[in-house]
Formats: sequence, C-alpha cells, structure tokens
Amino acid sequence: MVEIHRRVLPRAEIAGGFSASNSRATLIDAFVPAWAASAIALLSPVPPGWGGTLIVGLLHTIEIAVGATCLGLLIGIGGASGKLYGGPVVRDLLAVYTTVVRAVPELVLILLLYYAGTDLINQMLTAMGYQRMDISGLAAGIAVLGFCQGAYSTEVIRGAILAIPQGQIEAARAYGMSPGLLLRRITLPAMLPFAIPGLANLWLIATKDTALLAVVGFFELTLATRQAAGVTKAYLTFFVAAGAIYLLLTLVSNLIIGRIESWARRGMPSLKEAR
Amino acid sequence: MAGPVMTGEAAVEIAARASLWLKPHRIVLILIALGLVLAAAVFMRWDWLPKYYGMGLLGIWRALWILAVTCTLGFLLAVPLGLAQAAGSFWFAAPAKVFCTVIRGTPLLLQLWLLYYGLGSLFPQYPWIRESWMWPYLRQAWPYGVLGLTLSFAGYEGEVMRGAFAGVPKGQLEAARAFGMSRWRIFQRIWLPQAFYRALPTLTGETVLQLKSTPLVATISVIDIFAVSSKVRQDTYLTYEPLLLLALIYMAITGILVFTLGKIEARIPNKIG
Repeated sequence: MVEIHRRVLPRAEIAGGFSASNSRATLIDAFVPAWAASAIALLSPVPPGWGGTLIVGLLHTIEIAVGATCLGLLIGIGGASGKLYGGPVVRDLLAVYTTVVRAVPELVLILLLYYAGTDLINQMLTAMGYQRMDISGLAAGIAVLGFCQGAYSTEVIRGAILAIPQGQIEAARAYGMSPGLLLRRITLPAMLPFAIPGLANLWLIATKDTALLAVVGFFELTLATRQAAGVTKAYLTFFVAAGAIYLLLTLVSNLIIGRIESWARRGMPSLKEAR
Repeated sequence: MAGPVMTGEAAVEIAARASLWLKPHRIVLILIALGLVLAAAVFMRWDWLPKYYGMGLLGIWRALWILAVTCTLGFLLAVPLGLAQAAGSFWFAAPAKVFCTVIRGTPLLLQLWLLYYGLGSLFPQYPWIRESWMWPYLRQAWPYGVLGLTLSFAGYEGEVMRGAFAGVPKGQLEAARAFGMSRWRIFQRIWLPQAFYRALPTLTGETVLQLKSTPLVATISVIDIFAVSSKVRQDTYLTYEPLLLLALIYMAITGILVFTLGKIEARIPNKIG
C-alpha cells in the first residue's frame, strides 16, 4: 500500500502545479477514490505499473489468434474440398478428424498436441540423426489451435460451398476450368458470403481459445494477467482489466467483420430485403 | 411359419444396411484403427490404472454433476435474459444485452480466474462474511467453478433464447390474447414452450460445448476427471497415456450425450407455429 501511495503522489503534484495551491490538490485527490488511483497506478504502461506486460500479452494473443485462424482456414479449405470431392478413404479420415476434434475438449487437445507434437518432432529429429531443437511456444501454439480451428472451419466452408448455386460450378466445368482454377475463380469467391458469418464466429472463438494456452505456460494475455495479479496481489483489478481488453478485441473485431461481410456480399440483396 | 421368414427378411435388411455402411475400404480402416488401439494397449504403460481407477470414476462423476447443475441453472437464468432482450423495456433489455456481450466476449478461463482469485481474495477481508454460514462454501473451489460455468452457459444460451422468443410468430400470441389469457398464462402456455422447442436443437450443441468447458474448473483446483489425469501425469511422468484415455472418456461422454439428447429431441413435437 505504501508503494502505491508513492506512485499516486505525482498525479496530485501535477494537479497542484496548475492551480498553484495545495488545497486544490487534496480536492482532486478526494474526487479520485483510493481504489481507482491504485488501479491506475497498477495498470500504467511504464515499468512500475503492469500495463506494459498486459500489452505484450495482448500482442502475443493477437499473433496466435491470427496465425491459428489462417492455418485453420487453409486446413478448412483443404478439408472441405476433400470432404466434398475426395475419395472414400479421404472422406472417412476427414470425418474422423472433424468428429474427434469437436468431441474432445480444447484443453485436452491442446495438452495432447502441445506435449505430444513437440515430443514427436524431437524424436523424429533424433532418429534421423539431427539435434533436438527447441520448438517456439508461438509456433506450437499456432499449430495446435490451428489444428482445432481446422475441424470447425472444414464444416463451415463445406456448408458454404454446398450453398453455392450448383449451376455456377457446372458452368465453370463446362468452360474446361481445371480444379485449381475452379477453386480460385469460382468456388472460393462464391462461397465467401455464406462462409463469413461462420468464419467470423471462429475468429472470435480463436481469440478466446488463446487463453487456454496459458495452461501450458505460453505467455499470452491471460497468463500475463495472472502473473501481474500474483505479484501485486491485486487480482480483481487485473482480471477485470484483462476482461475489458478481451471485450474490446471482440467489439473491434465485430466492427471489422461487419465491413468485410458487406464487402463480400456486394452486389447481393441485403439480408433484410432477402427476408 | 411366418416367424422364420420374418427374421430372414430382417436379417437380409440388416445385412444390406451393414454392407452399405461396411464398404471394403472402411473394413481396412477399422482394422487399422483396431491395430492402433491394440498397439497402444500392449506397448504403452497402463499399470497405473488400478491405483487411480476409483479416483477417475469420482472425477467423471464430478464432471457430469457439474455439467448437469450448470446447464440446468444456466438455462433457468437464460430464460429471463432472453425474454428481457426480446420483449423487455430498455431498462431490462440493456443490462441483459451487456451481460450476454461481456460473457460471450471474454474467455471462460479468465472469468473463472476472476471469480476464484478475484472475488475469492475479496471475501476474507470482511469479518461478517467469515462468520456467516456461507464461509465454509466460499473457502472451497467448486462454488466458483459452478458459478462461472453457470453464468457462461446463461450468457450463450440467453442469446439463443432471445432469438427463440423473438421467433415465435406474433399471431400465436395475439390469438392467445384474444382468448383472454393473462400475460403470465400466455408466457407459460404459448410463448415459453414454443421458444423452448425452437431453442432445443441448439441446446444439444450448447450442452456439448459446456461439457468441453468443464475441464477448465481443474485450473481452479476442482478435482474433476481432467485434474485426475494431470495428477497421474505428475505422479508417473507419463505424457501420452493419461491424456489419450482422457480424450477417449470425453469422446464417450459426448457420444452418449448427443445420442440421448437426440432421442429426447425426436420425441418433442417439431410442428411449431
């Protein structure tokens, strides 16, 4: 508590400097409740406060969420094509993949893939005569969450491809387009408006699932918060602050998603008119 | 005479259905899967199983119990939340909307830690709480876990119920009013049942999601099945075996849950106005 007071003092001094009288400073001090002053001191981004730690954590969270969503999208496009156009074995294997990932808790999958994945890669490296390497937490986190996201985006993209009017794909085939060109020019752009609500939901889930990486010790927002809270013992302040940051991330994402959706649906009747 | 013929026909039908499903490549895949399971059973270490058997069963029981309690309480909370957003005045709708947005916009892990470490660190400061009857409960971890999971389920399901309440056709409610039903009776006989039937298909999905959220309570020291597997890993230094078994257990519970809820769903009338 003593240290907090010392950090609050400069604020009062600055306020006092403007009015040039000491009584004014105590007045402002009275208006700012003690808990708010200590919270501001704790959350300030310069080193005595822990705001900087939270910001570093937030950057890691965004990095992982972006990486995992992109990886999940790639897996999803491949998985959806495999489920729709692949042979029977590919279809069955993909069905097993999506079912298992969606039936097992993310926390268990993350532990399993995080430990097993790094362990397997190192065992393969030593078996092939290379040295063991340290796999960065960032790469492992992106790989693990991307693998989980992939199962969900496979289903989202599969549904979106099925929603495309079949005539468009048939017309493209009639023009003699190769499967790659068909995917790039027709299927992906045409399925986008149907896929975006589902994919946007997956992005929001990804930002929140990054918190689970705190359990395997990856330094992202939730773990940063817990460390800051553990050191300062101001648990409530830091967890509320982190909650506000996550909420802000979600709300800003929603704004951007709205923009992207209206861009993807350009030229189509608006949802309200369609109803 | 009819008996053997009927069973013969039934057998043919079952065989036809089986051959439709059991294509040659599937038989190969199933054999490979069986081989993997056998290899896991033979080559991996399972000698710790008898020692942790009882603890594991207790853990499964706890996880299921938490699932049942939080889903029930969460749904009871979701009904007023959905109703407030669908039909309430601004002063009811706005707080409900804020609650749902906050719950859905922050990670469950953070919510649980906020409740357990944040609220939990506040309570001991007040002597009157420490002297009250609640204190023995507030000192344990599970009330925070149950509270956190309940609020989370209510937040997600509240949004679903908002859509369900709003989706009941106006004509139904107007007809009920024309019959002279009171507001409470309309809600009880027309609005709630129809909204519930609409929300039912998503309820299965939400329940599975809730099951997948229960292991998070292990991070605030509730001993559920996930915590038991963590303990096994610490005690025996095994990485794969406890986690693989844990994944299998959750898959089995999910399978049973989806099957049972599907059966219940099929029994409920699907002709809604």
